[in-house]
Order: sequence, then structure tokens, then C-alpha cells
Amino acid sequence: MLKSHLDVQLLNLLAAGMLLISFAMLSTRRTQQLITLFAWQGAILFLSTSLVAHEAGLTELYFSAALTLILKVITLPLILHTLIKRLGAQWDNERLVNIPITMLVGLVLVIFAFGLAQPISLLATTITRHTIGIALAVILLSFLMMITRRKAVTQVIGFLAMENGLFLAATSATYGMPMVIELGIALDLLVAVFILGIFFFQIREQFDSLDLHHLESLKEE
Amino acid sequence: MELWLVLGMPLLGTFVLALLGARRYAPEVNVGVSLATLLAASLLVVRVIRNGPLLVGHEQFFVDPFNVFLVALTAFVGFTTAIFSRPYMRIEEHHGRLNARRLRLYHSMYQLFMAAMFLALLTNNMGLMWVAMEAATLSTVLLVSLYRTKASLEAAWKYFILCGVGIAQALFGTILLYFAAERTLGRQGMTALLWTHLNAAKADLEPRVMALAFVFLLVGYGTKVGLAPLHNWLPDAHAEGPTPVSAVLSGLLLNVALYAVIRCKVLAVGSIGPLMPGRMLMAFGLLSAVLAAFFLWRQRDIKRLFGYSSIEHMGIITFAFGLGGPVANFAALLHMTVHSLTKSSIFFTAGHASQTAGTQQMDGIRGLVGISPTIGWGLMLGSLAILGMPPFGVFASEFLILTTAMREHPWATPFLLIALGVAFAGIFMKVQPMAFGESDAPRLPHSPALVPVFVHLAMVLTLGLYIPPALAEWYRAAARLIG
Repeated sequence: MLKSHLDVQLLNLLAAGMLLISFAMLSTRRTQQLITLFAWQGAILFLSTSLVAHEAGLTELYFSAALTLILKVITLPLILHTLIKRLGAQWDNERLVNIPITMLVGLVLVIFAFGLAQPISLLATTITRHTIGIALAVILLSFLMMITRRKAVTQVIGFLAMENGLFLAATSATYGMPMVIELGIALDLLVAVFILGIFFFQIREQFDSLDLHHLESLKEE
Repeated sequence: MELWLVLGMPLLGTFVLALLGARRYAPEVNVGVSLATLLAASLLVVRVIRNGPLLVGHEQFFVDPFNVFLVALTAFVGFTTAIFSRPYMRIEEHHGRLNARRLRLYHSMYQLFMAAMFLALLTNNMGLMWVAMEAATLSTVLLVSLYRTKASLEAAWKYFILCGVGIAQALFGTILLYFAAERTLGRQGMTALLWTHLNAAKADLEPRVMALAFVFLLVGYGTKVGLAPLHNWLPDAHAEGPTPVSAVLSGLLLNVALYAVIRCKVLAVGSIGPLMPGRMLMAFGLLSAVLAAFFLWRQRDIKRLFGYSSIEHMGIITFAFGLGGPVANFAALLHMTVHSLTKSSIFFTAGHASQTAGTQQMDGIRGLVGISPTIGWGLMLGSLAILGMPPFGVFASEFLILTTAMREHPWATPFLLIALGVAFAGIFMKVQPMAFGESDAPRLPHSPALVPVFVHLAMVLTLGLYIPPALAEWYRAAARLIG
């Protein structure tokens, strides 16, 4: 009983770590640091998924955890690092709109997420039910990051971080989706990053920059 | 067996065309694969007519009256678009906008896109449906940016980011759905996300969770349907991508996304009652229809114009599904069919019209009837059909939707009439000078394949006058299923 209680505490701590990283991503300007933060978020997700798998005694969750480790901690950050190196964008700094205001909006989003997740947490029977709110908050914060950033690479990292939040939500609420679907989602994600890689080069070839300010000409006149 | 062929043919085509797509005869291979898919789909239809609904592959795939006609429609329009694209893409190559390598990408991705749509339609698993919808987005992103112009890159980026975020919402909705299902159906194997199982147990699904799940699913898949205010990607992607891609996006992908929304609606209605999901669909639908009708007026690009028209029609269909009941659902299914046929034929003619004039700006397109009667009259007739002129099929479905709305929700009728009227005036005023008048534009280097245009329009005309009993029976059965 005591051990299980400790595990729940640990799971909550890990989820809180993911939330903290989401906030750190919101205020980080260096693209390279963002990728590192994304990898750390994946690592925490891997730890918490493994812990849930151990606690709930579900072998298929070990596979999901392994999938997270391979895809989100190793493969995707590697691809992203190689990409920005080849694009010569590793030292890019990004000018951010007012960081304190972004943080405040982020706080409001977190409160909103907890409110929204409350009824689900009450219904859930998993040991991780208290982290559903955190998962939703991670999703919304990544969304906020995509809205406030103007660099193509950063928006993609926001997109991937949103996927981390979704994965955490699935683990917290239901101990993960069926294996086939998780594999499908992982495949889609991998293909998405490949396509975006091709895309970055096309954008840079046309605009000489990865700044999305250039991509604002299609408007209603 | 037929079902595996329908799924396997386009997938096989993807690999074959990835190898041969740059060859001179690649467009013919593309047509051949699409024809084989159409034949497989016809066999599937015959089998379903004879033996009733199918459930195969450990219940992972199924065919019921709702998806069988969409499978047939998707295979048919996929085939006719392949015929159209054969001379169209050759002219683009002749004009120097494309090279052999990009044509290989185009052909291969076209088939992958078809495969993803068939998977989304035929799977019984709501999670797999999500995976297929995402795959359909991914396979078209590089098609939208095929010309590598600044505008097309921007359109593709917007398409990817907006639909990516949208589809992430849908995934959260799917997770919630699984959460609700797990409580009633348990974790036994993989059955908790199977639509047929969920449908059987929908009354026991937890209403509070289902309400939340439906909101996320509607917003998520609704982004792909192009419902306002999440429609921003649609006009850009339609205007900047190659015309065959615009035709299949508008004619097929929007339908498939709406199909996903309706599958979710059936489950939500079973759990929380018809009020909330119905109202939400009606609100999104009306907003899209009215907003798009007014935006139509401000368009200068011919493909953007018809992109907005697609948003308007998707709005009307969504509204009709929101009304619910056998008549409105019947009308919505009919409208899905005729809109898909008409809109793709309009894009075929609009594509050749802008090739002839050398621009997509409507100010530069004049006197089409004089240069090529088939293009000019095709565009004119297609526009009249999409505007709901009798005796075309669009009139029949819109009339049914309007009269049902008048009877059940009279407050909605003025909005619908405004949307239809404003769209009518907007499109007619812009198409008329393009079709008639004087022009000295040269002829196209390859003769266009416009048989599909007139075949589509003839079918739309027929559906306006007479619906074959087998089709009417499907529509009725599907309408009952949707409830």
C-alpha cells in the first residue's frame, strides 16, 4: 500500500516535470535548446509510462514506453538536430512576443485544463487519474507555443510536444490505446517529421529563411 | 476479398508509381490502377447488395449502407480524376511548371491518398480511422506544394499546421472515447474502439465524457471538413495545389472527414441524446454556409472561388445532419453525392480554363465558349448545377433540406436562404463573363479529357430526376442508421 502510494506520488512528480518543461519551452529562444527540452520531455514520458506499466502490470505498456524512448527521445531529436545543422539554423535566436504575458496566458490555460479534466479524473479508475489535467495542460501549452512562434522549426516542435501531451493523456486516462493504434500514430508522426524536413528545405530555397513572416501573403483582400 | 482489393490496389499503385512515376506512360498506369480500384469497389458493392453488410478481418473492417456508397463514390471520382489528370498534368509539364521527378511524386502520392481514404472509410476501428485521416493529410501536403512556388509552399504549410492541430484535437477526442468505452466494454483485446461494438453499447457510455469527446472530435475532424471558423486552410490549398488535387480534396476528402464526424455523432447521440450534438452540427453548418457565401463575392481566383463554394456546401450538409431524422439525413447523403460529382467536374473545367487563359485570375479568363465549347459549357453547366438549378440533383437535396428545416427549425430558414441566394448571385456573376465574350487565347497543346465532366454532370442530372431503387434503399438504410 505504502509503496503504491509512493509510486503515485512519483508519477505526479513526473507529470509535473512535463508541465514544467512545457513552460520552459514557451520561454526558450534558442532552437537547439528547444530540441533538448523536447527530448527531456520525451524521457520523462518514458519514465512515467514505464512506471505505470510496472504498477499496473501491463506488458503492452512496456512496448509503448519503449516506442516513446526510441521515437521521441532518440530518433526525432536526432532528426531535428541533423536538420537544423544542415539548414545552418542551430544558432538561431528567435524574438519572442512578451514572455511574461505568454506565461500568464499559459497559467490561465493550465487552470482551464484542470477544470475541464476534473469530471474525467473523478470517473477514472487508473492510478494516474490525477495527471489527466496535466496532460491536457501540456497539450494546450504546446498549442500556445505554436501560436506565438514564428519559426517553422519551432512550430513543428510545438506540434510534437502536443503529441507528448496526448500520449500522457492516453496513459493517464486509460493505460494507453491499443497497440496497433499506437504504432499507427508513431508511424504518422515519423512520416510527418520526414515530410516537414523536406518542406523546410523547400521553404528555405524559396524564401532564404525559415521565418514564417514570409508566409503571410495569402490573405483575403 | 473484394474489400482487400479495394484497400490493396491503391497501395500497390503507390509502390508501382513510386518506381515508374517518372516514365512517359505513368499517367496511363495511374488511370489503370484507379480503374482496377473502381472495379474492385464495384465487386464489393455487388457483394453487399447481394449479401448485406460485411464484417471481416477480426471485425476490424466493415461495410454498411453508410460507407458503401461513399466507397463507390470515392473509387469513381478517383478514376475520373485520374483520366482528367492525364492530359492536364502533361500540359503543366509542357508549360514547364513541373518536371518528371515531381510527376513521380504526384502519381505515387495520389494513389497513397486514395488508399488512406479507403482505409478511413472501411475501418471499423475509430483509432485506425484517426491514423488513416492523418495519413490522408500527410500524403496531400507535398501535393499542395507540388509547384514549389512561394504561394503553394505557404498554402501547404498552413494546411499541414491547421489540419495537424485539428487532427490532434480529434486524437484527444478518440482517447476520451476509448476511456468511455473501456468503462463499459472492458479492455478485452481490441474491441473497445470498434464502431459496431460501441454502437451496440452506446446507451451505456458515460454521457459527460461522451459530450466532451464529441466536442473534440467535431472540432478536430471538422477542421478537415472545412467548417468555419476552422476553414482557413481550404481555399489556399485548393487554389495553389494542382487541379486534380483540388478536385479530389473537394470532392472526396471533405466527404470522408464529414463521414468521420457523423460516425462520432451517432455514438454521441446514443449516449447524451440528440439535442447537444444536433445543435452543434447545425450551428457550425449554418455559420460555414453563410460565411462562405459572403466570402465568395470577394474572390478573384477561380479555384479559390470554388473552394469557398465547397465550404458553403459542406456547411449545408453538416446542417442537414444536425437536423437529423430520416428525411434530412437522406437529403444530406444525396447532397454529399451530388456535391462531390459536381464540384470535381467544375474543378476539371476550371483547371483547363486557367491553363487556356494562362492565369487563375478570373479577370483574365474570358470567352471560354468561343475557344473551346466543351470547357466553356462544362463550366457553365457545372456552375448552374452547383448553384441548385433544377433539374440537377443539387436542387433536389437542397429543396429537401430547406423544407425539413422550415418544418422543424423555422428560425434557420432565412440563414439558409441568404446563403443560397448570396452564393447564387456571387458565382453566377463571375462565371457568366468567363464563359461568354471574346478571347484570343491559343489552344491547349494536349487535347483535354473532358468526358468525365459530362459524365459527372449527366449523373447529377439523373439523380435530380430519378434515384435508382438500390441507391435510394442505401440512403434510407444509412439515414436510419444515423438516426
